[in-house]
Amino acid sequence: MWENLVGAVALLAQPQVILIALISAVFGMFMGAVPGLTATMGMALLVPFTFFMDQVSVLVAVISMSGMAIFAGDIPGTLVRIPGTPSSAAYVDDAFILTQQGKAARALGLNVVGSALGGLFGALGLMLAAPALARFASRFTSFEYFWLAVLGLSATVAVSQGSVAKNGLSLLIGLFLATIGIDITLGIPRFTFGNVNLLSGISFIPAMVGLFGVSEVIRVTMEEFQGKEAPQIRFGLVEMIRNALDGLRARVRLFIQSGLTGVLVGALPGAGADIAAWVSYGFGKNTAKEPEKFGKGSEEAIISGTSANNAALAGTWIPALVFGIPGDSITAILLGVLMMKGIRPGPGIFENQGNLVYAIYLAFILANLLLIPLGWVATRTGLLMLRVPKRILMPCILLFCIVGAYAINNSMFDVGVMLVMGILGYMLQQLQVPTAPIVLGLILGPLMEQNFMMSVIKTQGSLAMFFTRPISAVLALLCLAAWLYPLYRKRRQARAAAAA
Amino acid sequence: MLSTGKRLRGLAIVSMIALLSLVLFPAAAQAAYPDRPITIIVPFGAGGGTDQVARVLASLMQDELGVPVNVVNRAGGGGAVGHTAGATAAPDGYTITMITAELAMMHWMGLTNIDYTDFEPIGIVNMDPASVMVAANSPWQTLEDLMEDIKANPGKYRASGTGTGAIWDVARVGWLNAAGLTDGHLPWIPSTGAAQALQEMIAGGVHVVTNSISEGAAMIHAGTVRPLAVMGDERVVAFPDVPTLKEKGIDWSLGTWRGFAVPAGTPADVVKTLEAAVAKAVASDQYVTFMNDVGFGILWLPSDEARQFLAEQDEIMGTLMKQMGVAK
Repeated sequence: MWENLVGAVALLAQPQVILIALISAVFGMFMGAVPGLTATMGMALLVPFTFFMDQVSVLVAVISMSGMAIFAGDIPGTLVRIPGTPSSAAYVDDAFILTQQGKAARALGLNVVGSALGGLFGALGLMLAAPALARFASRFTSFEYFWLAVLGLSATVAVSQGSVAKNGLSLLIGLFLATIGIDITLGIPRFTFGNVNLLSGISFIPAMVGLFGVSEVIRVTMEEFQGKEAPQIRFGLVEMIRNALDGLRARVRLFIQSGLTGVLVGALPGAGADIAAWVSYGFGKNTAKEPEKFGKGSEEAIISGTSANNAALAGTWIPALVFGIPGDSITAILLGVLMMKGIRPGPGIFENQGNLVYAIYLAFILANLLLIPLGWVATRTGLLMLRVPKRILMPCILLFCIVGAYAINNSMFDVGVMLVMGILGYMLQQLQVPTAPIVLGLILGPLMEQNFMMSVIKTQGSLAMFFTRPISAVLALLCLAAWLYPLYRKRRQARAAAAA
Repeated sequence: MLSTGKRLRGLAIVSMIALLSLVLFPAAAQAAYPDRPITIIVPFGAGGGTDQVARVLASLMQDELGVPVNVVNRAGGGGAVGHTAGATAAPDGYTITMITAELAMMHWMGLTNIDYTDFEPIGIVNMDPASVMVAANSPWQTLEDLMEDIKANPGKYRASGTGTGAIWDVARVGWLNAAGLTDGHLPWIPSTGAAQALQEMIAGGVHVVTNSISEGAAMIHAGTVRPLAVMGDERVVAFPDVPTLKEKGIDWSLGTWRGFAVPAGTPADVVKTLEAAVAKAVASDQYVTFMNDVGFGILWLPSDEARQFLAEQDEIMGTLMKQMGVAK
């Protein structure tokens, strides 16, 4: 072990490797912070450059780029309510409400430090439990994925507060939108009306940019175009870290729970940082000290999501390294690159290529430590946006939304989707219906439906297997708990109130 | 106010210039093709196999043609969106489409009206045969083991790889037919693609995966998946130990392929220029190294042969898809 560690340090401690880490981080920051450009696209664009890099540089570049991109998605989310990547969608309302309350610095600090610590937690999971986690994840079949999707959907909607109906309505809109397009299972187009652009369904990135970004532009235009001057915010590096650690210290248990959720969900093939953030947000809501604040500017909500999505990144490497199964869309591209570079994944990788595996561990640590100063610079720059008068800022944001929606598929149709979603989002907001569940429905709806169909085709219509497989049964019980726990808590509160 | 004479003279000069430009500019443009950036439409997302092949070739063609060659991803509808955009582009050689096996399938399913006759092929650049893969911890060591077990227990085992009626499902039906079995001997479980199908197989949810061997390469090297056969005419370079179905007496081959095409009606000399550039790119060391490293098979068919190949593929797919009941 020690010689591997020393070997890995020697591989990493080279000026050009550190330089590549820095450049990739800045690149990742850009990809993450611009709505419509994602970490997956960043990975795809990295591929041509990897032809000219050695093994270690490739690993460092990918780890540094993806970690920074997933964090940077928080910046526009917090400042102007447009999640830069789908992974930041779960808690965007919480972060943005804090900004509106003048606590942008606090929210951003939590994003930076929460992301970095979450990433380090994920690296720890990768180091300590990779083979075991990979074996666990490889037992997941369509039955388990179905329950995971149900858990993600229900944990977020079943809240203790009275907005269950509105959350549910919003989720159903998302699930409906998710049914549009070719149904993977049977190959039948649904709700496409013969339009070739609708065959692939509603892409959720344009939808997300519309629901959050465009609707906010419309709201500001209607309500506070003359807006007041934003206060100058002090934002020192040390101050940011101290504040964020203050916030985290009171919620150590929540942080650990979110990190664990992130690594576990990340380790499941096909479920990446975005699903991890949602599931963790849902768990957080059920275990938080103040669950009623979720969706209304809760620091607990931000911690749940922002640390889980970065922890998930390391998690996605686990099945990729141990079994050669991609954990998410980033590692899917990565696997091709690894093979090209002569890195052969497999259960033996930890013994046979020890130096390289330790280099991966160290690269995760390095990337997440770099994230703090670089993230601070990025958020400081981002904060300047708040001082731009809204009548100038809002058109710029709209421009970015349009470019982002276009960029994802090079399609004007997606720009149309974004604008329609923007109007829908604004109208729902006026009715006080939250829009985040729509995005959740779009992400998890296909996962739930497709795995359900796959399961019943496998069993020829029998539903018993959903409950008799051990992991399946546990997940089913967790779902049940997620539905019943808020009721239980409400009753207890009512009884406590009656007693007092 | 100008005199009538002056006005007439002005009119004459303007018409002369107009006439001259009509005569001169198309000639100039033709002589100089290509004189502006070329766009390659990839009908699948960034980072996938099709995208990677297109990007490697684009950079090589750029050196050959002397103008920028940009890759644009138009994913969606299982390839329908990109193929449609490519077929309906201006036939001037500045918009090239990376056509894929889906071109021979989508119109049979009624997803688009576009078929191979809407394109003028530049050439086929890659072919990856379907394969028969099982989990490494399964009892089947050879194709014979598996086939006997399937014959003895019809419907007991299941296969997966893509959605119903998509290419690897067609490969399965063709394989079973050629071996004298029926669709029901090894039923299909639809999945979203190779990653999900392989995960299901490792977890024990399905027993056979028929995707191309390159899609399973990482897991084969990791020792979690065992390839039993490939459905190609010859063995795959990266996996020389894996036999073909034909060697085992089953006369069937099918694979996914990729190529370049321009819209039908593109001038013949433009197609020739592009064909020469792609031919050179495909023969280059960079391309060969890249394809071998990631486990893709190289197949070069120039324009004429590609046209015939497209017609054959279209017919094979149509016949099987009708038999399977997935064609409209």
